[in-house]
Amino acid sequence: MASEHFARPAPPAQVPMAPVPYEVRSQTAETDDTATLVLAPADGTHVPPARPGQFNMVYVFGVGEAAISLSGDASDSTVIVHTVRAAGRITEAIVRASAGQALGVRGPYGRGWPMDLARGKDVVLMAGGLGLPPLRPVLYEMLRHREQYGRIEVMLGARTPKDLVYYPEIQSWRHRADLRFQVTVDAAGRDWYGDVGLVTARIPDARFEPANTVAFLCGPEIMMKNSARDLEARGVPATAIWLSMERNMKCAVALCGHCQYGPDFVCRDGPVFRYREIRDRLSCREV
Amino acid sequence: MSESAPAGLRVGDHAFFEGLDAQLLREAQRLASERHFNAGDWIVRDGDPATAFFLVFHGKVALEVATAEKPHLTIQTVGPGEVLGWSWLVPPYLWRLDARALKPTQTLALDAVAFRKVLGAHPAQGFEFLERLLPIVAQRLENTQIQLLDIHGL
Repeated sequence: MASEHFARPAPPAQVPMAPVPYEVRSQTAETDDTATLVLAPADGTHVPPARPGQFNMVYVFGVGEAAISLSGDASDSTVIVHTVRAAGRITEAIVRASAGQALGVRGPYGRGWPMDLARGKDVVLMAGGLGLPPLRPVLYEMLRHREQYGRIEVMLGARTPKDLVYYPEIQSWRHRADLRFQVTVDAAGRDWYGDVGLVTARIPDARFEPANTVAFLCGPEIMMKNSARDLEARGVPATAIWLSMERNMKCAVALCGHCQYGPDFVCRDGPVFRYREIRDRLSCREV
Repeated sequence: MSESAPAGLRVGDHAFFEGLDAQLLREAQRLASERHFNAGDWIVRDGDPATAFFLVFHGKVALEVATAEKPHLTIQTVGPGEVLGWSWLVPPYLWRLDARALKPTQTLALDAVAFRKVLGAHPAQGFEFLERLLPIVAQRLENTQIQLLDIHGL
């Protein structure tokens, strides 16, 4: 097939369910409940490098595992970067992990963003809240090979200004001339001079050639559903819109069924799906 | 805030009025005056009579609601090509929020009382106008619903 997206990813080299020991090299607080961890191999063995959009299972010994998307530079194979929000017992333990602590990593899993389909096209990246971390590797890759892409339009939404992750980096992206980076928040105080409203409201003002655009969306499901709808209304083909779905994952190797999404397993067939193929499911309750 | 005769800004150049009936455009232009606001200026205040319909050409406007806990909560911003306000179409014609310029902002303000009469006197054009305004109201209602869901906090 033409796209690397359709090639089923090779299984990780290590035993599928056995984590590889890693060590937390650094932990940086992004917001009150979110941190970015840089992990390095603890004993020289390492998991294969992940592609943008793929995820690893991160294991806190004695606590459990959670699926975490790659959020760092995919070209740097020496470390793994994950941004995690404390949303439960396991992710709280990951966020609290400090430098030197041992964690287990297995992966990478899943189908990532179809980077090859974006080459030569205008690119729209839409992120809601913690939807930015899985898209950050995409942005790194596109900026590294900037000449291979048309206009790049990034639209980021967050609950409030203090919920924005990577804030210094966002500021540097916003000042680039070869990238348009719009940030909007749901509500703000008077110390915020940016846009307020839903990220979908930025679509009419976004600059791209709809018929020659690829869009990658990641965020709360209703945000992706409405964004995909509005992008399609502007003329972006449903086949050119891609969404990263999130479901509760356990095994990550399509055995346990926890992440079943209609006929697919998000861990194996996703997490990135083509909008046209899941559009009906987005309006289907309890899927 | 400063006010001036309609010298530069034209109703027909605003995205909201693009393609609307020529007669309606002429009437709207007749009722329009340029109003410029400095950063921090109040444009409308909650509870005041809604006597103007603003077309934003440049700048940015914060729509604020006030509560005891959060006296200045911005719930939306309005920028170039967008419109400010529909309270002038809904009795009792009072603003339901505060609007404040976040940066130097240029608008055309239509005399809402007179414009309401124009719309009533020309039902076909009035309907066309409402067809243009209603999707904005609907979009903002949908936005509010999603904001209420607090989707980023789930």
